[in-house]
Amino acid sequence: MADIATHDTDHATDHGHHSSTGLSNNKLAMWLFLGSECLLFGGLISTYMLYRGRVQNGPHPSQIYDIPFTSVSSFVLLMSSLTMVLAVSSAHRKDDSKTNLWLTITALLGATFVGGQVYEFTTFYREGLGFTTSLFGSSFYSLTGFHGVHVSVGVIMLLSLMGIIKKNKITGDKAEVVELIGLYWHFVDVVWIIIFTLVYLIPS
Amino acid sequence: MTTATETHEDAQEHGMSDAGYIKIAIILALITALEVSTYYVDFGPLFMPSLLIMMVVKFVMVVSYFMHLKFDSKIFSFLFYTGLGLALFVYFAALATFKFFIA
Repeated sequence: MADIATHDTDHATDHGHHSSTGLSNNKLAMWLFLGSECLLFGGLISTYMLYRGRVQNGPHPSQIYDIPFTSVSSFVLLMSSLTMVLAVSSAHRKDDSKTNLWLTITALLGATFVGGQVYEFTTFYREGLGFTTSLFGSSFYSLTGFHGVHVSVGVIMLLSLMGIIKKNKITGDKAEVVELIGLYWHFVDVVWIIIFTLVYLIPS
Repeated sequence: MTTATETHEDAQEHGMSDAGYIKIAIILALITALEVSTYYVDFGPLFMPSLLIMMVVKFVMVVSYFMHLKFDSKIFSFLFYTGLGLALFVYFAALATFKFFIA
């Protein structure tokens, strides 16, 4: 009996704290958070879809979008999901050096995407699309800006994670911590999958 | 031998092997290339449905395989897809509002 209790405690330490469902509380909380994030981006995407045709005197989407450039950015973010999942896989194998390597590559790809977005925003502004130019401009910058902030937060989380892994400061299940940040990162990627199609590829 | 066994057990416990993830990424990249091709090639009446289908396929693949929803507890799927369903409801409610109440 005592053995079973000890085994259960070890298992809980290995895989984080578990709820009465037998699932990790941390993972449950992260999925709940991501579910609520769906609503945030749902609202922003809905607003963009309803206002994208209202350009007033500002430029029309088809006049300013640079599809080849955004396609490359999308590809970069998509590949960062692969490197993230490889980091999670390495963390489950308890291979810290490979985990850090994949996390570094993921952070670099994320930073490249954010850099591309900053360049895109600057170009659009120079071409006459400010935040208050039109309803299209406001809804476009709100949607893609919020997404960019999420990617930036993700990059900061990845860099922080690399730091605490190197300093060996994770007391619980290291693989679960990497997995949780991975879930956030993949979510940011799936949101961009929707934005890329609905905002850039489907004309208003 | 031990490493190979561990890797296999690891893949079984946590979803897929690294090679599996790379295959998924290649499929996603190919779908993205196909999406981008719609900008250059005229798909006619298939343009909109094909783009939406490709978007949904990519979304489901990332969520199922990279986020492990396919292999994890159904409770996680419920939490996530409930949020997604509510977001879709918000969109259709807003669309209906604009259609019926705003001239």
